[in-house]
Amino acid sequence: MPLLSFISRRLLQLIPTLAFILVVVFVLVRLLPGDPASAILGDRAKDADVVRINAELGLDKPVPVQFLYFVRNVFTGDLGNSIHLKLSVVELLAQRLPVTLMLTGLAALFAVLLAVPLAFLAALRQGQASDGLIRGTFQIGLSMPVFYVGLVLLTLFGAQLRWFPTGGYGDGFLDHLYHLLLPAMTLALSLAAVLMRNLRAAIIGVVHAEYVDFARSKGLAARLILMRHVLRNALISTVTLFGLSVGTLLGGAVITETVFAIPGAGRLMIDSIYGRDYPVVQGLTLALAVIVSFVFLLTDIVQAWLDPRVAR
Amino acid sequence: MSAAEQMVAAAPALSVRGLSTTFAAANGRRLTAVDNISFDVMPGEVLGLVGESGSGKSITLRSIMRLIHAPGEVTGHVGWQGRDLMALSEREMRKVRGGEIAMIFQEPMTALNPVLPVAVQIEENLRAHTSLDAAGRRKRAIELLDLVGIPAAASRLGDYPHQFSGGMRQRVMIAIGLASNPRLLLADEPTTALDVTIQDQILKLILELRDELAMSVVLVTHDLGVVAATCDRLAVMYAGRIVETGPVGEVFYQPHHPYTRGLLGSVPRSGAERTMLLSIEGTPPGLAAIPPGCAFAPRCGFADAGCTAARPPLEDFSAGHAVACFHHQTVGQQEAVLHG
Repeated sequence: MPLLSFISRRLLQLIPTLAFILVVVFVLVRLLPGDPASAILGDRAKDADVVRINAELGLDKPVPVQFLYFVRNVFTGDLGNSIHLKLSVVELLAQRLPVTLMLTGLAALFAVLLAVPLAFLAALRQGQASDGLIRGTFQIGLSMPVFYVGLVLLTLFGAQLRWFPTGGYGDGFLDHLYHLLLPAMTLALSLAAVLMRNLRAAIIGVVHAEYVDFARSKGLAARLILMRHVLRNALISTVTLFGLSVGTLLGGAVITETVFAIPGAGRLMIDSIYGRDYPVVQGLTLALAVIVSFVFLLTDIVQAWLDPRVAR
Repeated sequence: MSAAEQMVAAAPALSVRGLSTTFAAANGRRLTAVDNISFDVMPGEVLGLVGESGSGKSITLRSIMRLIHAPGEVTGHVGWQGRDLMALSEREMRKVRGGEIAMIFQEPMTALNPVLPVAVQIEENLRAHTSLDAAGRRKRAIELLDLVGIPAAASRLGDYPHQFSGGMRQRVMIAIGLASNPRLLLADEPTTALDVTIQDQILKLILELRDELAMSVVLVTHDLGVVAATCDRLAVMYAGRIVETGPVGEVFYQPHHPYTRGLLGSVPRSGAERTMLLSIEGTPPGLAAIPPGCAFAPRCGFADAGCTAARPPLEDFSAGHAVACFHHQTVGQQEAVLHG
């Protein structure tokens, strides 16, 4: 099976990627302005205390040794403790990451549900009024910043119509879903616009491909041709774009969580950067980077499954 | 041949009458790609449709199959098995496509779906036109790949088009086209993308299959060598019109249209004395600038004022040999360009 060998090869490639992520995260956090000791002790810290804290955190060791400690800790599941929140970073991640993952997951789902049918509609009616309407609407959606879309939705459906809560995360799965609907929609719109445009163009390109004419010359039903010959080929480039957009989506989640007051990883990231909570920033960056590289892995696998030429 | 056999032989399998294909242009005008052409294909006959790029050969095939895309419009009559294909509903037409008339394309790399195994691409044809079950379709797919000469056919069903060589890919496409035993094969330059030895094999294959399956074939090509080797009759197209049609031997021996004569003169021949190849001066007209009267007149050595004033009709001057030229008698009397 070429696909299986492709997946195993791709999994091996993940090792250097993850190693690189470790190095970058380690270096980036040390490039941040300020130092943990003064963040912990405040402005009037005594030199002796700073030395003590630095020793506690291992910051008095040479940088390569610090890196080895860092790697060892990561592999033993110890990402340190938050300076301000009196919790271990791992506990914080376990609390906050699921919220953000659910938000981005919902947003991705909405984006696909919006983009795929509309892209089909627009592509098959290329140049007609409905094509123009769909593209025009999405163009507007695309040109509005996420926080603005969020505020508009919040004002309209939250404050005015009172259909949805204006913030928070709720209790229990269904309540979470209810609370996340509006923010996920906010996040989904710009991604849907990008996906729709890309897929529409891809479909238009594929519809006129010779293999589609050949499929028609076999006497196949129009629906079968669309699903088997057009959609699959058109999806190849869109799937890649979709995978690459997940990073952007996580970035967008930071803003959305702020607008909707959702206690997710995005909010946590902002708070920890402002509070110079280095262990949290470091742990969060690491976790998000690992998540993104696994999404890329998944994207590659889906792409290879769609297009056997990739898995060669 | 008995009288009854003659009757059967005399009824054409495909009868194209007044077929025109036009495309809407930006300025509201319509460009004519195929201009009121008529021809017949007899049962079991191989008809060569010859012309330069842009002469309307491929569009003719696609028009017969009703595969022309939206800004294009096809008018005329295509008689097939007592029906007019142009008048069929899309549903009825789907039964004809692939089931009764199959089409194969020039470039199998782009005509085969790159992301589907060849088995799927053969079996979907069988699914549309036969009542075979999954196992039956699989068996037939192996049979077909075997028939077109793909070694170890059974083991290649799961392979994708990119895993085949150019010649093998073209064989796969022929196997797909033939899956449901069509009565007519429309072959759009099936050998142009292949090197010469493979070209020969594919043409032989098409002829063998023609005999085995009693199909008719319309072979579009710009290669007169291919026509000489495979076709019974040929129709020469220029600027969307048929300018000469007749039995291959007769047309090659004594072309009556200056354009046919020019085409034949530009074929290099082995064994003959080495002379300069003749070439036709100028280029074919674009669709937007087809001259009035005879479209070939600006490039023609025989043309006079009458040629640009009126369009010469395609008329029989001997049994089965028709030409659209006011000066065909003069042209026909010229020294033959090809002996053989």
